[in-house]
Amino acid sequence: MAEKKYRVVHYLNQFFAQIGGEAEANIPPLIKEGAVGPGIPLQQSLGEGGKIVATMVCGDTYFAENIETAVEKVVEFVSPYKPDVFVAGPAFTAGRYGIACGASCAAVSKKLGIPVVTAMYEENPALDLYRKEVYIIPSANSVRGMREIIPKMAGFVRKLGLGQEIGFPQEDGYFPRGIRVNQFVGRTGAERAIDMLLFKLRGEPFQTEYSMPTFERIPAGPPIKDLRSATIALVTSGGIVPWGNPDRVEAASASKFAEYNISEVDDLTADAYQTCHGGYDPVYANDDPDRVLPLDAMRVLEKDGTIGKLHDLYYVTVGNATSVANSQKFGKAIAEKLKAADVDGVILTST
Amino acid sequence: MHLELGIIKIKDVQFGEEAVIKDGVLYVNKNELIALALQDDRLSEADVELARPGEEVRIIPVKDVIEPRVKVSGSGELFPGVIGKMETVGSGRTNVLRGAAIVTVGQIIGFQEGLIDMSGPGSQYSPFSQTNNVALILHPIDGLNPYAHEQAVRLAGLRAAAYLGKACKDMAPDELEVYELSAVTDTTLPRIAYVYPMLSEGLLHDTYLYGADVKKILPTLIHPNEVMDGAIVSGNCVSACDKHTTYHHLNNPVIKELYRRHGRDLNFIGVVTTSENITMAEKERAADHASKLVKFIGAEGAIITEEGFGNPDTDLMMLCKRTEAYGVKTVMITDEYAGRDGSSQSLADAVPQADAVVSVGNANEVIILPTMKHIIGDLKPAEVIAGGFVGCVTAGGGLNVEIQSIMGATCQLGFGKLTARGY
Amino acid sequence: MVHVATIVPISLTVGANRIVPAVAIPYPLGNPELPKDEERNLRLNLVKKALRALQTKVEEQTVFEK
Repeated sequence: MAEKKYRVVHYLNQFFAQIGGEAEANIPPLIKEGAVGPGIPLQQSLGEGGKIVATMVCGDTYFAENIETAVEKVVEFVSPYKPDVFVAGPAFTAGRYGIACGASCAAVSKKLGIPVVTAMYEENPALDLYRKEVYIIPSANSVRGMREIIPKMAGFVRKLGLGQEIGFPQEDGYFPRGIRVNQFVGRTGAERAIDMLLFKLRGEPFQTEYSMPTFERIPAGPPIKDLRSATIALVTSGGIVPWGNPDRVEAASASKFAEYNISEVDDLTADAYQTCHGGYDPVYANDDPDRVLPLDAMRVLEKDGTIGKLHDLYYVTVGNATSVANSQKFGKAIAEKLKAADVDGVILTST
Repeated sequence: MHLELGIIKIKDVQFGEEAVIKDGVLYVNKNELIALALQDDRLSEADVELARPGEEVRIIPVKDVIEPRVKVSGSGELFPGVIGKMETVGSGRTNVLRGAAIVTVGQIIGFQEGLIDMSGPGSQYSPFSQTNNVALILHPIDGLNPYAHEQAVRLAGLRAAAYLGKACKDMAPDELEVYELSAVTDTTLPRIAYVYPMLSEGLLHDTYLYGADVKKILPTLIHPNEVMDGAIVSGNCVSACDKHTTYHHLNNPVIKELYRRHGRDLNFIGVVTTSENITMAEKERAADHASKLVKFIGAEGAIITEEGFGNPDTDLMMLCKRTEAYGVKTVMITDEYAGRDGSSQSLADAVPQADAVVSVGNANEVIILPTMKHIIGDLKPAEVIAGGFVGCVTAGGGLNVEIQSIMGATCQLGFGKLTARGY
Repeated sequence: MVHVATIVPISLTVGANRIVPAVAIPYPLGNPELPKDEERNLRLNLVKKALRALQTKVEEQTVFEK
């Protein structure tokens, strides 16, 4: 039976689209009919089923310097072709090209709902930027890997074009996106654990179900030079909120942080404040919320001149099952506010 | 220690004149159960409702689930040191009403309970959608302090389970399960210990071993049979998905599976219980002591489970690191909190030695639960329990919640078949 | 920023560069077993230590024990 037909649009930079080299890297987005450059062997690999109906091109420099416009144009030019799949690259080690491929794919996927895929070398800086949103196939680290990567890209494009499900990274040959998906399997966790232990004891290979992550290091900020004139702010993940939790910060998986004015408060008391954090015994914090947000101590140090000022506002969220992604969002937002308020230092307390 | 569990299979639960089992149906007298609960004058009101598998019923907010059992012979009583007299258990014969459960319901503080759906998509995530549940809805007297409230509800649940268990004391069981750590002559079989941490972090976060508050005791050695007679009792509620209910302790699947393979491809040598405490010094002391005990009893390998998440991830990693440092190979069972999109970092802590991990799923996965015909308890707390949020109750009474809110959804004893895979 | 938290390993994994170990999870800057004024003093000293950390130059993640 003949394979179902599907339409493909391919993205290339100015070099692979055979327009020119570095000198032409400034060209703005344009679209050509049919396959160009590496699109030709890609088309061959796709065979009868897939047809590269158009090739989207943009200069790498133009893209890097005008990402928003470039991405808008890509979506605008690609849309009328109504492709079933959008494929970009391969970008190998080229950083700007990698970003252009990743960003184009992300935009087409998001704005047009079209399945996308690209390819690049594992050290391409674009990989970590786009791997969560876009399928990225590992390629060699130079154009010498073109012959090898084209059939891999074609295979993936075919799967997407035929609406087939994409399996695990190891099976379907793409960089793990770092996305955890729940599934029911045939055996209980206890059964799988004992199996795994016996393999491990026998020195036989086994597959862990979760690999330990490596953690991001953040460069340390400079020290405060003059504490006596510094404004210090309090922030907590311990859920200390005004009594009644007026902004309904959740007991777990917080979807928000809150900001409260404590300029008139010298001491947090049980009748005025409480904890809303569901992950620890709340009795002690409810009895004396200063145990989690040390307002009383800060006032003492403000009055005796140790610090210049306690910032008028404090920030709170609940660090109980709250996702890293949300926490990062809150952290950024709080930092921006504190920076705008010229706060010099922060004491962050956690439970 | 030789223990026989006499399994009496329960396929239905009904109200009746007295607590009795006939043809696999457990009959309960509502007034007797209510009177039993109200013997504790810290409780002002009690009610009983029944929920069976497949019914369009949601039970919320659930505190604990307990399996009715009874000691037929052998020393001690069920839940020793808590409601039973303080004496070592785990031998003789214990009858079990398999397929029945007591579910304690009623608001404690508001964010530590969970839910059970008896049908629909939520039912896949809880083992208690498969049990015939006797729900005890309990209310405290006004002004009762939270510690007393928690204890009153906990004891009421255990008493109800013991009371119903008594109904099968003289019955001939449908099946007999025998548990004995018979001597293993094949020295090539690897010696395996089970390291069993329990949450012990304060109100609604506590566990009891023979009635001892686990946070106050050092890690210790127990025989696996002891858990089958209720030596471990839950006093904690959060989060619903990965708290060990008393039912889970009674039916610990790691112990069950180690027993199943004992003498065949492994030598199950014992259980080391440990705690999850609130200070670094106590965490270090517990991890040190537990790993030393594992080595002391001559284990070559150990399974390490976890209760809870967040700071207990540190207990888990410390246990792994120290146990591996003794040359004992480990596998851990943990759930993940990878965010609703599955792309956040799943654990709060990590050590390179943790190279063998069983995942029981991402607790942040959101599920859409339909409206149920009947609610046992109260739907409103859904907005404040862990995994819920303001606005999660839809107009019709459906729920958009994380599976975190479902009792036992990601139990880290490895009770269920949920896992998470990386894409 | 200085992170005042009990479970130092987690503070380290999330990347805090200035860490002050706290007392216990439910009362990081307190101790309900102490009389009130001693407890306030304990809290004051922990906050002072946190402020000292903010004034200290650090190159790597540093736990301020003393």
